[in-house]
Amino acid sequence: MSDLMKLTLAGARDALRAGETTAVELAEVSLAAVAASKPLNSFVHDTSEIARSQAKAADARIHAGDAPDMCGLPIGMKDLFCTKGVATQAASAILDGFKPQYESTVSQKLFDAGAVMVGKLNMDEFAMGSSNETSVYGDAVNPWKVDERVLTPGGSSGGSAAAVAAETCLAATGTDTGGSIRQPAAFTGITGIKPTYGRCSRWGIVAFASSLDQAGPITKDVRDAAIMLEAMSGFDAKDSTSMNLPVPNFEAALTGDIRGKTIGIPKEYRVDGMPDALETLWSEGRQMLRDAGAVVKDISLPHTKYALPAYYVIAPAEASSNLARYDGVRFGHRAKLEAGDGITEMYEKTRAEGFGPEVQRRVMVGTYVLSAGFYDAYYNRARRVRALIKKDFDDVFAAGVDAILTPSTPSAAFGLGEMANANPVQMYLFDVFTVTVNLAGLPGISVPAGLDSQGLPLGLQLIGRPWEEGDLLNTAFTLEQALGFNAKPNQWWR
Amino acid sequence: MSIDTKTAGRVAKLARIKVEEADLPALAQEFTNILGFIEQLNEVDVDGVEPMTSVTPQRLYRRSDAVTAGDQQAAVLANAPDAREGFFAVPMVVE
Repeated sequence: MSDLMKLTLAGARDALRAGETTAVELAEVSLAAVAASKPLNSFVHDTSEIARSQAKAADARIHAGDAPDMCGLPIGMKDLFCTKGVATQAASAILDGFKPQYESTVSQKLFDAGAVMVGKLNMDEFAMGSSNETSVYGDAVNPWKVDERVLTPGGSSGGSAAAVAAETCLAATGTDTGGSIRQPAAFTGITGIKPTYGRCSRWGIVAFASSLDQAGPITKDVRDAAIMLEAMSGFDAKDSTSMNLPVPNFEAALTGDIRGKTIGIPKEYRVDGMPDALETLWSEGRQMLRDAGAVVKDISLPHTKYALPAYYVIAPAEASSNLARYDGVRFGHRAKLEAGDGITEMYEKTRAEGFGPEVQRRVMVGTYVLSAGFYDAYYNRARRVRALIKKDFDDVFAAGVDAILTPSTPSAAFGLGEMANANPVQMYLFDVFTVTVNLAGLPGISVPAGLDSQGLPLGLQLIGRPWEEGDLLNTAFTLEQALGFNAKPNQWWR
Repeated sequence: MSIDTKTAGRVAKLARIKVEEADLPALAQEFTNILGFIEQLNEVDVDGVEPMTSVTPQRLYRRSDAVTAGDQQAAVLANAPDAREGFFAVPMVVE
């Protein structure tokens, strides 16, 4: 029975339609796998009752012949998505006890499509982190294990990646502000796509940095990414940055034909200390795309080096503004006050108790770069550099490049706790290949490419033109077929 | 740029986060590290470049100025740490 969890979304969809299994059976198998995965600490809020009732409804729809692609498929939901009546904490103590009175647009779209939510997933606090170590729920754990070390699944969507790689659910939602879908997907040997900014509604997703945040799926393969992204996408009047464009049939774009496409290889993405295995996989990826009929050429994205420093001005600045709402008045935690404490003490104590160290750090850095006297020197300068980073991409796309191939991360997953004594900036460097894509608002996908010398997965990233996720997914599909990555972690946690 | 403890304390105050005196030197050091990293941006020639506000060149659309939802007092107050008589309750603000 547990073999059902080995299915992809597409495989389970087809099995459901053929009457080989039921949504109820899939949900039960998934819930059992979730219960058996406690050592991974990937699931943090139980939604089994909801899952059982959604599965029953899905079976009725399938029986009636009214079954969209996602109907009856068990998925996990990142704790950043507001789910009506279900604890939603963004992995922060400050949202302790918060139960939204409304449903996020993306989770609602998935439910409308018949998806079954088997639980809420661990993440970095407010999606601020690259290792899932800033979570109030404790670390999520990577299902991949090659020695005595316990590894990070990456972050911030660490619980989502761990759950899908461990095959406890068939797919999961993620969000990506600087690489939070693509980096954990790469660290756990699975697939993750961040669509073009504006493709998925941000309404009801706890905000981190509004000009960068995008939702997307974390899945086992590219076909599943296409299926689930389509269900999550679409215009929403409740998000003023959501784009009013039709959502194409992404799965239909997966033809495997990329003849005549031009793939750019940016020289700035070759960094010191990159493992040999990653270098090798990157050049193999290039050759595979060439063998598939694409034209592969070297390109330059000259402002790449400045993406991380620009990001670490813009994201904290937006976070300091977005997180101002956590004041102990309308929702979540309020500090116990002493006699004589006024409203300012209430704010200050509530926020000191409720926010973890990394969130406090970023809120304060954001406050600093937006403060009088520094606004131009830091914030406006970063926004100008951001414009140049976007122009780098605009220029190569205008010169005929269809997609850009890079590594997803500079290395494989590291051990939990290994970065504990590192300067925060060292942790930020894990986002070096992904963050440019958020700054430019582009779609980017990570596909598993191979294993490093320790036996840990590495990913390759493809970056596409805005609004051309279908074309990007097709290139990723072609690369995936050529790479043939099929390694899975041993289920040591069971 | 090096951030001193006084500036760190001022930023904490502006951010409405209580930081103990004893923790300010470490915080100042962290700010100094992060701002040192950010200062690479000074190498970039940004003359004549407009600061980016949105990655997608689109005008924010407008909706008609009409009531879309309302009468949800209970839902609005449902998550409040302290709600009384249909209001959010806070410590005294004005004497």
